[in-house]
Amino acid sequence: MSPTVEPLIVPMATLIDASFVDYLILVIYFAFVLGIGFLAKSQVSESMDFFLSGRSLPAWVTGLAFISANLGAVEIMGMSANGADFGLPAVHYFWVGAIPAMLFLGVVMMPFYYGSKVRSVPEFMLRRFGQGAHLVNAISFAVAQLLIAGVNLYLLGSIVHALLGWPLPVALIVAALIVLSYITLGGLSAAIYNEVLQFFIIVAALAPLTILGLHRVGGWNGLTDKITAAGDAGHGPPADQQLNSWPGQALSGFDSSFWSVVGIVFGLGFVLSFGYWTTNFVEVQRAMASDSISSARKTPIIGAFPKMFVPFITIIPGMIAAVLVTDIAKVKAGETVPGGSSGDGVTYNDSLILLMRDLLPNGLLGLAITGLLAAFMAGMAANISAFNTVFSYDLWADYVVKDRDDDYYLRIGRIATVAATAIAIFTATLAANFSNVMDYLQVLFGFFNAPLFATFILGMFWKRMTPTAGWVGLVSGTLSAVAVAFLSEDAFGSWSTGVIPLGGQGAAFLAASVAFVVDIALSVGVSMVTEPKPASELRGLVYSETPVEDRTDPNEATYPWYRRTVPLASIALVMVIVLNTIF
Amino acid sequence: MSDTSATARRKPGHTAGLLDIRNIIGSLLAIDGLILLLAGIFADTEEEKTGGINANLWAGLVLLVVGVAFIAWCRLRPVVVPDDYDADHDEGRPEGH
Repeated sequence: MSPTVEPLIVPMATLIDASFVDYLILVIYFAFVLGIGFLAKSQVSESMDFFLSGRSLPAWVTGLAFISANLGAVEIMGMSANGADFGLPAVHYFWVGAIPAMLFLGVVMMPFYYGSKVRSVPEFMLRRFGQGAHLVNAISFAVAQLLIAGVNLYLLGSIVHALLGWPLPVALIVAALIVLSYITLGGLSAAIYNEVLQFFIIVAALAPLTILGLHRVGGWNGLTDKITAAGDAGHGPPADQQLNSWPGQALSGFDSSFWSVVGIVFGLGFVLSFGYWTTNFVEVQRAMASDSISSARKTPIIGAFPKMFVPFITIIPGMIAAVLVTDIAKVKAGETVPGGSSGDGVTYNDSLILLMRDLLPNGLLGLAITGLLAAFMAGMAANISAFNTVFSYDLWADYVVKDRDDDYYLRIGRIATVAATAIAIFTATLAANFSNVMDYLQVLFGFFNAPLFATFILGMFWKRMTPTAGWVGLVSGTLSAVAVAFLSEDAFGSWSTGVIPLGGQGAAFLAASVAFVVDIALSVGVSMVTEPKPASELRGLVYSETPVEDRTDPNEATYPWYRRTVPLASIALVMVIVLNTIF
Repeated sequence: MSDTSATARRKPGHTAGLLDIRNIIGSLLAIDGLILLLAGIFADTEEEKTGGINANLWAGLVLLVVGVAFIAWCRLRPVVVPDDYDADHDEGRPEGH
């Protein structure tokens, strides 16, 4: 854990040569991270504080933390890999697959989350539908967080291994200990502060990389010329598909441009994206830590502004790497290149690291390594703190040991955090056995979030929906998605049977859609034959039963227009439409 | 947002100080900026990688300016910790955002 041991570990063969100045920048960052945890420790007074930071953080801090919690391994490595592989259509993951859902979360969903004072999405399920739906949701959520934390830790460890040459087990344990210390020392407040800090470091590292890359390829025109030349030579998808975001056939896997647009808008933009952003407590927890309904609603909307520009520092470097880095260009031409961060050959996942190796002098290189490590840690820290909340409040306090004082649950929370970190080291070694672990995870996300979103949206707007329908919908939705994954070509890897001739993105989209439709259909059917909850218990939980004053901020109308929710969301929507038109 | 509450303050004039997120961001960026600046002046600029640009120097300058701006913002508009909803709470609550 102590950064001073670093020079004592003899580096093995590394992908990148780090020098003294690079280590210095890294050590200073981690000194800050641990320092914040130490300073914040004295502030932790009661358990509400530890979990939701006492709801005192301003909207711009939680807004940045909101996207930083998502700016992890998948975002940075995955999106630069997609940029190298497909080109501009990868921006749909941001401008179609994220921004609309973030605005919807802020404008429509957040007043319910905030106004009903729930600490977690499972707790919302408890109050709206009762114990059946709550237990199903809390258990699957907790398990998913442990698995995802392990994947984040594995990616973090393998990057440390590739960059600095430390043995993987050492890198895993050191990373786990640092994540653990800042969560347990300071709680969510420290985690959120660190996420904001890390956002600035990532931008400070990736922006110079993008500018230097564009300089080296001869600007935007030089980049398009080189991509056109490579595309015409038959390397990768045709150049015009790589240089225009629509209709994006390369990304969606559809041959028809019409079905490609439909697939991206409804598959990625609606079912998967709304399911992810509006029901994922790792994200929602960030907004709940703000100081008013108005701030909570503005959290995802403020986050949407930087979010829409993240593709410029992740996807564009990937596109540059595909023409500038010899190894990646060879991969795109269909050759096999040995080496890479996995040791099993260079892949598109290595685009960003290899571009850093080729472009950045020592110093900036250290900043870039620090930014990557910080981003991967943030993903894991977010998983662990979400697990902590759900485990201690939703599972332990509701079903195992009830009615104890705050001190007791705070202690359980700390034990859960330590245990989750230890389990993540174990699930990280499991994740190491999957060669396509990110594809696998995206399928899991799809069929976990799609039924949850269906149950939520129906339960919020239809007061007739019954408690029985709540858990039946969740269970049947998830089971039907699992069934589709088994029947597809490769969504479950070698366990899939191939009865349905669809693989990759198509299979993930189909599984999510089936889960959504089955959930809605069964929920409506079951609601017709079972008893609904009395309207008096649905206040703050169902739209029609919630008085307007419960879901609005009395001060909102007194703010100038640029601090009100809806005008801000409208500006973000217009900006994202303009971006879609330009590219 | 309105940080000034009508309720009496127990510790009048108490500011968020070091824990103000702007101070933390500002000092980290300024320190990293200074390191890069010095590396840009004294170390190998490796211009065969960057295409003839002294990348450390320029990135260092920008980081230093942004970092100092954050600290200055914090100094010019310090946060007074509110007492209105949480007795012992000491988090920074910047005004104006």
